[in-house]
Parts: sequence; C-alpha cells; structure tokens
Amino acid sequence: MDEKTLRVSKIRDGTVIDHITGGHALDVVKILGITGRTDGIVLIALNVFSEQLNTKDIVKIEGRELKPEEVDKIALLAPYASINIIRDYKIVDKKRVKLPDVIKGIVKCGNPACISNSNEPVQPKFYVRSQQPMMIRCHYCRYIMEKQDILKQF
Amino acid sequence: MKLKGRDIISLKDFSREEIDHVLKMAQAMEPLAESRSNMLHGRILATLFFEPSTRTRLSFESAMHRLGGTSIGFAEAGIASVKKGENLADTIRVVENYADVIVVRHPLEGAARLAAEFANVPIINGGSGAEEHPTQALLDLYTVVKERGTIDGLNIALVGDLRYGRTVHSLAYALSLYDVNLILVSPSMLRMRREVLDAIEEKIRVAEKATLDEIIDDVDVLYVTRIQKERFPEPAEYAKVRGSYQVDLKLLERAKQSMIILHPLPRVDEIAVEVDDTHHARYFQQVWNGIVTRMAILSMVLGKNG
Repeated sequence: MDEKTLRVSKIRDGTVIDHITGGHALDVVKILGITGRTDGIVLIALNVFSEQLNTKDIVKIEGRELKPEEVDKIALLAPYASINIIRDYKIVDKKRVKLPDVIKGIVKCGNPACISNSNEPVQPKFYVRSQQPMMIRCHYCRYIMEKQDILKQF
Repeated sequence: MKLKGRDIISLKDFSREEIDHVLKMAQAMEPLAESRSNMLHGRILATLFFEPSTRTRLSFESAMHRLGGTSIGFAEAGIASVKKGENLADTIRVVENYADVIVVRHPLEGAARLAAEFANVPIINGGSGAEEHPTQALLDLYTVVKERGTIDGLNIALVGDLRYGRTVHSLAYALSLYDVNLILVSPSMLRMRREVLDAIEEKIRVAEKATLDEIIDDVDVLYVTRIQKERFPEPAEYAKVRGSYQVDLKLLERAKQSMIILHPLPRVDEIAVEVDDTHHARYFQQVWNGIVTRMAILSMVLGKNG
C-alpha cells in the first residue's frame, strides 16, 4: 500500500485484518464483539482499492492480538482476509484466515427445533456448503445457515 | 450387502443399491410375517417414543414379535427420566444396556443422529421432529414397487405439507436416487424445505406446483399428506387453500386408471372417505407393507439377514 492510498494510520501493537471482502468490515467488527466503547483505538477502512478483490476493507485494532478461535470466526464472513499481528509497528506474524471444512462450537444452529440447541452434551457442528455466498449445513438437523443467520448471533 | 450394526437415521445416507436391497428383503419377509419366525429369538427392541405415536411404534413392535423377538419401551414424553430433566444422550446410554436395537421418535430435528453418536447398538429413526422418517419412506417405496413393479419412469407427486411433513423429506431423498419425475404440490408457505431441494434438484427433475388440479392427469403415484390448520397464522388462509389439496371422486375422474394414492396416515379430510373403495387407494395396504419393511430392517441391522 503506497502513500497515495494509505488512508488509515499505523498501529503500534495489535492486529490488522486486511483483505476483508469489500463492505464486510462492520460485520467483522461485530463478530469480534468490538463496540468502540473501550479504550483501544479501532480503525476501519471501507471500500479501499484492491487489485485482488477490487475493493477491500481493513480493520486495525490497537492493543489486541486475535486468538485462533477469533480468526476462525472471521473466516465465516471474510474468507480471503489476512491477519497481521503487530508489535512495535512491525508485523511479527502474518496469516490468512482459512475456513475449515467442519466448523465446531463457533455458532449455534439457527433452527430452533434442532437437537443441538437443547440440553445435550454436544457442540454445534457445521459443514461448509459454499464459501461465496457463505452457506453452512448443520451436522444434526441439516438446516442451511447463511451469512445473515450467522451474523444474528454476534 | 450387509447392514449389520447400521444406524437408520436418514435416507440421504443410503445408496440406491442399499435401498433396493432393503425392498428385496421386505418382499422376502412377506411369508414370514404371515407364518411367524424365530429369526430374532432372544433379541430385544427398545422403542423410545418421546412423542405420541400409534402406527410406527406398534408396527415396529409387531415386526419384532413376528420374528420371535421381544420389545420394551415407552410411548410418551412424560416418563420419569425426562421429567427429571435427563437429556437424550444420557437416556440412550442407559437404554442401550437393555436392548439390542433402539427405535427413537423425538420432537427435535437431528435427535436420531445425536442418539446414534452416543449408542453402541443400532439406532433407527422413528421420526425426528419435522426432519425425517426414513422407515416410513422405505415402506412407501416398497408399496410403490409392489403395486407398480418399478419406481423408475414414474411421475410421483408429493402433496400437502412439504415443509413440516417428515415423511416427504425422507421420501424425496430416496426418490432422488431413481429415474423419476418428482412433482411437489403445496401451498407456498408449506413448500418443500430448502435443504431437501438443495440435495435433490441436481439429481432428478423436480417441479413445484400450487394445486392438484394442474397435475392430476399425469401422475402415477399420488402421495398425500395432511395439512395442519395450526401451520397457518390465520384460519381464513387455511380455509382458502385446503380445497386445492383434497382428493375426491371428482378429481379422480381425470386420473390415470393405474394411478395409486398413498398416505402415511393419519388421514383427516385430505382424502375423501369415498375414495377408499376405489382401486386407486393403497393407503391401508401401506400399513401391512410397513410391518414387512420393518421386519426386514430389524433383521438386517441385527445381522440375521442379508
């Protein structure tokens, strides 16, 4: 990213989530439970030019390094995103999100009549039916959830 | 082909060869159903019905007894352990000690799949909420083969509540393995579930229609299900659509001579009583076919047959 296109400043310590599909940064912020009512700086850039994606969004979170399970959540909404962990302005770890074939424990089944929503000793489990558009299928009741159903839970 | 130890959870888990094999075994059970057998002597079936049922439970018990086995179980959700708050997983882990095979009916979708994950004995889905009822669909297919000699090449219409009717979901999965034209006839708010359409549309020709009138001339098998009044937010909406899904003698004037009518029962008024005496009506024969199909399933999962 050169000086002409850089519209958000660097962070010192924290996480940069880059290559979020254009228009989805606010969903990513929501899924991470970021409300903006805490001390840390959060920078959000929407519809930035991207050669790879045409437009992309970027989220920079000061003072918070994402945990692996949080990275998996992002993959549900932004399958091409990359995660950069920043310490003292430098990238110390860089990884692409990867949507696993089987998603366990991150979201609940959107079908209220599904057995996995009752008092049973099991984790909700889903198979990825399609990444674009996002569709996942419940292991237990086969209900198909879309992005909107997933977002409702965060 | 061995089905020993196999769970019967969803017909989506079955291949055409496996279904054909079950139907062949059902046919082989016909004489044994009449004469009785000791094939499953000493074996115990548990029927865990967390939801009321007449036909499915009695049919399984009758099938087990005709093969010389015995059955234990309960038939309502008000049983002690459930009232005390026991979950299905624990109930299954207890009951599997009492029986060699378990039939589960439960109001929640996915219940049978969960039960199978916790059981070491075969689990048979006796109806999982509005999701599936695989043994009903197998007996339906057996009825079609017995009456028409084949499933391939037929125009088969599923009529009524296709959204909440569990039998039509299992039947649609199974029919998608055959060379059939599938016609889905329902009010728009009770259309076939998306997850079922998603699985079958790439395999067979599927047409969705709004009334029986549009399709009755071409149908070979008319599979009728009950539309429950409670599914509609307004009684007036129900009153408006119900006539479009009722089968009576006038409608049948336009039907093929060879057309057969099936129904998983209980029937309320979606098939007029006057239809019962016509050569089209096969829904009471389905009850017998259910016994032989379940005899085949029980003997196969218990490793005593085919």
